[in-house]
Order: sequence, then structure tokens, then C-alpha cells
Amino acid sequence: MYIIDRRLNPGGKSFANRQRFLRRAKALVQRAVRDNFKSRSIKDLDQGGEIGITRQGVHEPTLRRAASGGQRDHVLPGNKDYLEGDTIPRPSGGGGGSGSQPGQGGDGEDEFRFVLTKEEYLDLFLDDLELPDLAKRRLMDTEAKEIQRAGYSTTGSPASLAVARTMRLSLARRLALRRPSASEILELEREIARLEQQGGHESQITALKEEYERLVRRNRRISYIDPIDLRYRRYESNPKPVAQAVMFCLMDVSGSMSEHMKDLAKRFFALLHLFLTRCYSHVDIVFIRHTDRAEEVDEQTFFYSTETGGTIVSTALEEMLTIMRQRYNPADWNIYVAQASDGDNMGSDSVKAATLLHDEILPACQYFAYLEVGREEDPMPTGTAPRPSDLWRTYETIATADGHFVMRKVWHRREIYPVFRELFRRRGSNVRGGAA
Amino acid sequence: MTADLPRGRTHPLLFSGTDWDFDTIRRIYEAVEEAARNELGLDTYPNQIEVITAEQMLDAYSSTGMPQLYKHWSFGKQFAHHELVYRKGMRGLAYELVINSDPCISYVMEENSAMMQTLVIAHAAFGHNHFFKNNYLFRQWTDAEGIRDYLEFAKGYVASCEERYGQAAVEQLIDAAHSLMNQGVHRYPRRQRLDLKAEEQREAERHAYQERFYNDLWRTIPTGAQQASRQSEDKRRALLELPEENILYFLEKTAPKLAPWQREILRIVRHVAQYFYPQSQTKVMNEGCATYCHYRIMTRLHRQGSINDGAFLEFLQSHTNVVAQPTFDTPYYNGINPYALGFAMMEDIARICNDPRDEDREWFPDIAGKGDADNVLKHIWANYRDESFIAQFLSPRLIREWRIFHVLDNANKNVLEIAAIHDERGYRRIRRALARQYDIAWQQADIQVVDVDLAGDRHLILQHEVVNGILLAEGDTAQVLQNLATLWGYNVILREVDPATRKVLKEHVARATPAIAA
Repeated sequence: MYIIDRRLNPGGKSFANRQRFLRRAKALVQRAVRDNFKSRSIKDLDQGGEIGITRQGVHEPTLRRAASGGQRDHVLPGNKDYLEGDTIPRPSGGGGGSGSQPGQGGDGEDEFRFVLTKEEYLDLFLDDLELPDLAKRRLMDTEAKEIQRAGYSTTGSPASLAVARTMRLSLARRLALRRPSASEILELEREIARLEQQGGHESQITALKEEYERLVRRNRRISYIDPIDLRYRRYESNPKPVAQAVMFCLMDVSGSMSEHMKDLAKRFFALLHLFLTRCYSHVDIVFIRHTDRAEEVDEQTFFYSTETGGTIVSTALEEMLTIMRQRYNPADWNIYVAQASDGDNMGSDSVKAATLLHDEILPACQYFAYLEVGREEDPMPTGTAPRPSDLWRTYETIATADGHFVMRKVWHRREIYPVFRELFRRRGSNVRGGAA
Repeated sequence: MTADLPRGRTHPLLFSGTDWDFDTIRRIYEAVEEAARNELGLDTYPNQIEVITAEQMLDAYSSTGMPQLYKHWSFGKQFAHHELVYRKGMRGLAYELVINSDPCISYVMEENSAMMQTLVIAHAAFGHNHFFKNNYLFRQWTDAEGIRDYLEFAKGYVASCEERYGQAAVEQLIDAAHSLMNQGVHRYPRRQRLDLKAEEQREAERHAYQERFYNDLWRTIPTGAQQASRQSEDKRRALLELPEENILYFLEKTAPKLAPWQREILRIVRHVAQYFYPQSQTKVMNEGCATYCHYRIMTRLHRQGSINDGAFLEFLQSHTNVVAQPTFDTPYYNGINPYALGFAMMEDIARICNDPRDEDREWFPDIAGKGDADNVLKHIWANYRDESFIAQFLSPRLIREWRIFHVLDNANKNVLEIAAIHDERGYRRIRRALARQYDIAWQQADIQVVDVDLAGDRHLILQHEVVNGILLAEGDTAQVLQNLATLWGYNVILREVDPATRKVLKEHVARATPAIAA
């Protein structure tokens, strides 16, 4: 009899099968994930969760009898008052009889539900999206240095002496040169002393003494640790690719922005943040709110406190530039800016804002997304677009063709995700599609 | 713990409280083994007990309880399902899982209390183990010694095929094979004991042989004058060994368009199906045997002072849950509980042996009053399956006690009819009806390959012998036939035939799509 503790065996034996399952049902799962997203609050946007897909999509057919028709027998326990020959009305729900026969279920449930982990959820959710120009910037910025171990060297400072390696080499050398060990010498010494005491043979003692001398000499000549044994740990400094990003969230919080609009903006910011955290090991967020003056605030204040005042967009842009100069050198940081507004701006400010954006911000940042949020009750006009807002018209003049700067307008929660996907759709596939 | 009552205590207490360590398990095992040998005289494979976590138990669930199996998405689906059900707390995990192999492997969960581990060892490592080793179905159909090596080979073989021919091709093939898994078992013994160990070597030999394989489907040489059609039809069927109910076997041997690796994978799926074939026929007996054994062993351990009153009460609570049988009208009724039925029948048999009434003497003249219940039970465990066990040993007393009744459900009538209840007229009818529910030949559709149109377009002809007017489920059948047509390479026709009138009630046709990627 053996008792084996398997608890420490690597888990995840089913991992490969699970991946195959997800791959097989990918289209279904992806649709479920996107549906699921609509009903989620921002806080748990990046959690895993339970989703359901149609059972038919992952059904495994077998040759089996139909659940209805024909003549069937049921044998049941717990008869209360039936007598032979009694008749009972057919229970509703399926013509298959009392539904008591095991194995009849399975047809009824139309959903197969299971839990996705956080990683699986996000992978499916953000599948086929990518950040524009990410690779290029990563390669360009290799300023930062990182110290790395790089083997051993024969020279170095005493502080970086590799003791274990040195001792190993010393031992090898002593063995190779047959350096007599201390215990060997001691034993010989004792032997001589014993012989002298017992009055051993003269010639034998002399021979032993000569041998003793030889060993001591050899011991002295071959040192215990020799300079050629010494090894030092070697370090090299490697250029480290920049994999950090900062995300500026700019939002108009003047009185004209309703809770609904803020909610739209927040959803967009949350999505962008989620996406950035998957691409960069480190993402900073800076919240800048503005009315007719701008300030950096924490998240809570950003989304939930109201301010009154006019609307001057350039103040927010200026504030952003100031913070960028102070803390986020564009050479080291990938800079993303997302601006949300209802489109109001003081007329005279537009030119200034456009200039700031075009001359200073756009050259420094990776991507600038402007999201114009509308009131929910506004109908989505198909043919007759409403008059574009002040800010929209200003920004339109600087919108570039390379997708560096984008602007979109949304009215309703359900549009956020499509807009987001549209902005970050993988460009490569686009090009291929166009060429074909 | 409470003070133990000094009551014939001859053995030291094995544990107190719920905690255990590996030393405790060893002591428990030794005590259970002693009880199993002395009390019941069980004959088992050597045991291997493996302690696992809940996650590993989920893993084991999703590979249908096998220690390892080839990779396939359907196992991932199983896993996802079990995981959800477990996480939501809708269902607990089994406390143990036992594998019919030599040595017999029992998985026990680390969360179990010391009492639970005792129960699990008694139940799985002795009860199930004895049944696996002695029941004739398992002896005939499974090779406990070779199964682990075979699974290892199967897993490696499928993986190497995926590497050579692509995951998609292998997955498509296994999908098709799985859909025919129920039609992939031999139901009647036709050859010697399986030797799964030699399978790997035989795969190589078979490969070499198939290079020189003669397949009548490919005969192109004209045979001169056409013989009488009737005679050639018989000859053809004999050549192809038709009719054949093991469809996977037939495909493996005869399908003209399959590559050798595809045949081998069909063979692997078929072997796995065959391995589980006895289990599906002995659910009541297997669980009943294990439950009966654990009950006897635990009682003995308590009587001799190895476990204290607290642990014994904990055991009784868990045992009563296991053998509870809700009546048909409760909301959580889910068919007859095999643990409950098996245990109740075995207790009843022991009673008939030791303390029979007149009725029992009349119904069971062979065993009533014979005494020696253990040997009677051991004989039953060795030589019966669920269907024959119930047909022979369900006693009138148990039918009365459970108040079992038989309902007839005819789709042509709009009411259900009570056909029999627990009275003199009903006992035998109920017993027969219940036994039939466990008869796999009665429960599964009888589908056979009956002919191949060799002279024409080589389409394959299958036949379903319709029982009680119940046809096949339409949607699934169409899908499975499509799979079958892909494997066979030509069209497939399935006729559903009324056994009395030989009238074709329904015909399904599947057209062959371009051959499965080879």
C-alpha cells in the first residue's frame, strides 16, 4: 500500500483542454463577453466572471433515442395512494412523461454557463485591438539602463568576490596538484611521535621524518588559495526598453456636463486604462478637470464633485503640458491623452487651444483621443447632423490623417465600446483588407 | 472529545478530532484493512491512496476520472462546467474517486476530516476495489493492469498525430469518434482477455500489416460471370463480418478512406469506451457493494473501539445522506439513487440469509435461511450486473418498503396509466420493469451496420431496431450520421425499422463531404 501526496503536483492539468474549449467556442464566448460588458460597472470591468453561451454551439451529439413519442416505462419509489389501473394526467412540460427518467434533461437548458478567469476575459475582450505606434516608440526609447549579472571575471573589487566560485576553483587546483592535507601531515606527525616513544626502528623514523619534511614543504609551496583562483561577479548595464505609459484624462466639469455625460466619459477612460495596463508594465493616470481654470485632482473628485464656472479648454491643455514637463519626460514615457467634453468652449479660446494641441501636445504624445459626449435624450440623427459644437469645429481643423489624433461623438453607453474598438482596431488587418 | 464508553474496546483509538496527517492515514488504512479482511474477507488489488486538492479533483472529474487522457476540448468543457457548479456551491465534490487499475488508485481530498478519510478508504480502497477485482464484467472487459500504460500511450499517440497532421484534423476526427462512442463497444465477448500493455507494439505490427492489407472494397478485377445475387450478398456480408453493432470497430477495420493514424485514433476511443462499458452496467451493484462494505467496516471499527462515538455519529450522518432515496414527488427527486437501492438490496439479502420470513423462503429458496450472508453477497458481487441483480434479488418486502410503482406512458394516450403497485400482482412486474431500466441493451438504441452497397456507390447501410415505437432524436442523429459519412467516405443511410412488421418507420441520409483531412 502506498500513500502519495499529490497536492504539490503542478495544477492546471486541464489547462490545455480548457484552452481548446475556449478556442472552439471563441466566437460564441467573445459575443457573450461583449454582451456581458454592457451590464458591468466600471469597477469590476477587469474582473473575470460567469458567462453563458448557447448550448448548441458546444453540443456533442450522440445517437440516442428521442425524448418524446412511443411507449415508455417509469418505475418510481414513494407511491402514496395510486392503485393499479389508475390514470393520472400527463404532467406538463415535455411530452416525454414525468421527466423522471435520468438522462432526459440536457435538452431543456439552452445555455452553457461557466466562469472565465480575469486573463481569459480580458484576452477575449481586447482581442484584435492594438495601440498605435507602440512598437516604434519602444524601440526608439532605450535610454534607461539596467544592471544585470553577467557571469564572472578574474578582476574586480573585493566587495564583489564570488566566494563559492573561488573556493571551488581552489579545491580543484589543490586536488590536481596533490597538496597534502592538514590531516595527512598531522597523522604522520603522530606516527613519528608514537614510533619515537616506543623506540621504533631508527631508519624507519628517519624515513618518516624526511617524508614529513617533504609534505610540509609541499604544503607551503602550494598555497591554499592562490590569486589564480579568485573570481569576481561581473555586472553589465543593459539598455532597458521603456515600457511605461502615462494617461492624461481631461474632462470638462462645468455645469453643462450632466451625470450621464460624466458616466460616458468615465467608461471611456476606464476602457483606455484597462487597455494600457495590458500593454505596459506601468501606467500612471493623471486626472485633470477644468472649468475656466484647470487643476489636477484625484479620481474621486474627478468624477463625482461638481464645479461651476465657464469653460476654457486651453487651461486644461496648459495644465497637462505643465505636468508633462515636470514629471513625464516624453523621451521616457509613452503619453496618451483622452479628453472628454460636451463640446462647449469660450469662443475666443478655440484658436489658443488648437495651437497648443497642434504645436506642443501632439508632437509629444502617442495618441490623443477626443470624445464628445452628448445628452442621452438626444436622438441619434442619421441624415441631419446637428450643428457641430465649437470645440468639434476647432479640433476638426487639426485632425490628421495618420490616426495620431482622433475624435468621436457618443450619446449612449452602448456606443462606448464600439467607438473604443474602432479607435484601436488593429491597423495591419485594415491594410490587408484594403489591399485585397 | 467526550469520554469514550468502555465497551469491548480491544483496539487503540485511531484518531480523535478531525485532523489527520499521513501517519494517521497509514494507521487508518491498516485498521480498515484488518476489518475488511476479518469482517468480510474482501479480496482486493493492492491499494494506492493519493491525497489531492479540490482543484485536482476537478481535473480528475473532467477527464472522466482517468489519471490521464488525450487532450480534447470536450474535457475542457466538462471542467468549466464542474468548476462553475462547484464554485457556486451548488454541488460539493465527491470525497473520493477510484480508478479501476492494478494497483487500484483512490483519490482522497485533503479537505476531508479524519473520519471522512476512514470512510473513503473503506468505501473506495476496499469496497470498490473488491468489486473491480471480482466482478465478471470487469474481469472480462477491462485490463486493470494495462490501463495506465495504455492511456499513457494513447495520450502520446494523439499528441504526436496533432504534431504531424495538425490539431484541427485530429480534433475533427475525435469529435466524430466521440459521437459514436456508445456504438463503439463489443457487447459480447469475442476474444481473449484484453492486453492493453501490448497495444503499442501491436499498433506498429498492424501498421506493417496494413501495407499489405487486402480490402474487398477495392477489388477491381472482374470476377467473370455474375453469380446469383442472393449468394453474393451473403458472401459479401460474411466477408465484411456483417451485421456489426460496434460501428467504430467496423470503421477502423473497413472504412476505405481512413489513414492508418486515423484508424488508430478510432481504436483508442473505442478502447476507452470499452473500458467504461462495465461501469455503466454495474452502477447499482458497484456503489451498493462499496456502501455495504464501508457500513460494515465502520461499524466494526466503532465496536472494537478504533473510532469514538463522535466520529461514528459523523459517519452515520454522512452515510444516511448517501443512502437517502427521495420519493418521486419531492422536488429534488432525480431518479433512483444507486447507492440507496444497492445498499438496501444488499442489507435485504443479508436479512434473507439470516432471518427469512415465509415469503422470503418462497421467493428465494436458494438463499433464504442459508446463513453465511457474506459469501452469498460475494457470489452476487462476482457474478451479476445491475439488470440481473435486480431481476433476481429485488424482494417483495423492499418493493413494499419503498412503495415502488410502475407507470406506463404511451404517447398515443393523453393520460399515464399505473401498471403495477406493491401488491401480489405487481411484485414481479415491477421487478421486471425496474431491471429493464438497468439493462443497457434495452436502454440504448440498437443500431447496427447491416450492409455496404459494394456494387453501387459504396454507401453504408445502418439499421435501428425500434423498440416501443421510440425513434432516434432527429437533430443529433443527423449530426452523428454526418460525422459517420465523413469517416466512411461515402454516403450513409440509417433506417429505423419496426421489429415486428419490418416496416421502415423513418430514413436518415447523410452525404459524404470531401474526405476528412489526412
